[in-house]
Amino acid sequence: MKNLKYLVLGVLFGVILTKSEVVSWWRIQEMFRFQSFHMYGVIGSAILVGMVSIQLIKRNRLKTINGEEISLTDKKYTHGTWIGGLIFGLGWALTGACPGPIFAQLGSGVAGATVLLLAALAGTWTYSALRDKLPH
Amino acid sequence: MLDFLRQPWPWYVAGPLIGLTVPALLLVGNKALGISSSLRHMCAACVPAGIPFLNYNWRAERWNLFFVLGITIGGFLGYRVLGHPDTIAISAETVRDLQAQLHLTDFTGLLPRELFALENLLNWKGWVFLVLGGFLVGFGTRYAGGCTSGHAISGLSNLQWVSLVAVIGFFVGGLLMTWVIYPLLF
Repeated sequence: MKNLKYLVLGVLFGVILTKSEVVSWWRIQEMFRFQSFHMYGVIGSAILVGMVSIQLIKRNRLKTINGEEISLTDKKYTHGTWIGGLIFGLGWALTGACPGPIFAQLGSGVAGATVLLLAALAGTWTYSALRDKLPH
Repeated sequence: MLDFLRQPWPWYVAGPLIGLTVPALLLVGNKALGISSSLRHMCAACVPAGIPFLNYNWRAERWNLFFVLGITIGGFLGYRVLGHPDTIAISAETVRDLQAQLHLTDFTGLLPRELFALENLLNWKGWVFLVLGGFLVGFGTRYAGGCTSGHAISGLSNLQWVSLVAVIGFFVGGLLMTWVIYPLLF
């Protein structure tokens, strides 16, 4: 089962998201109202550790545990980057959840998370269907 | 140790652990952290409907679906098994603002029941917070090409300026909702 390792990493990730309360609507409101350092601390230190790790991987030309090359692809800019970003931001402040936290909330037993997930899937599907007509 | 795990984790413990997920996924199988893609894979697997953007080999990205299944199990373990205080200790100012502006009275749970309980689907609140909110998250993340994990954590860690644009967009959208649209809604 080569996918088992991703399941395990997902479990750890989900526990961390939940125990640090970043899956909570209250914490997101606190962040957008600039009334606590918590969310900024979590996101900021995560980026810092991620950045140092990627530099170490690149400089030492590390390979995966199976000996494959590690290749990082560059993200491509489109107008969707900021238009979509704005749209997601509006939804983030409403639901207090980005996609990861929706799954964690689902597991924690929040009934509304089922609706959030279905609505998010509907949003992704609608974007996919309208993609050619949207500015990019 | 177990007592420590049961407490809410401070940012300086959780943040670095989230950051370590980036190299962990790379070292384990050359995978880039990104969660919103899972929504696309689910659409492609269940309702492709002949849409070109949903017509690709999603099976090759199955790892991502295992990852989000893991997050779901992690949410159960973190909240139900390890246990968590019933009320999230947010700042007193936020409590005061939410009481005054959104007329919230029940501060228990991960999210306010007064907005997110399923019964709210019988009034406008459920449709705005659950349905419209979720829709915007799914639509916006795919349009932007990533969410908080793919752009903010993974993208910025890899010094992608595109991700910086996206994250500024996330933030401006969130501030607009919180400071401009919320006062209009309530």
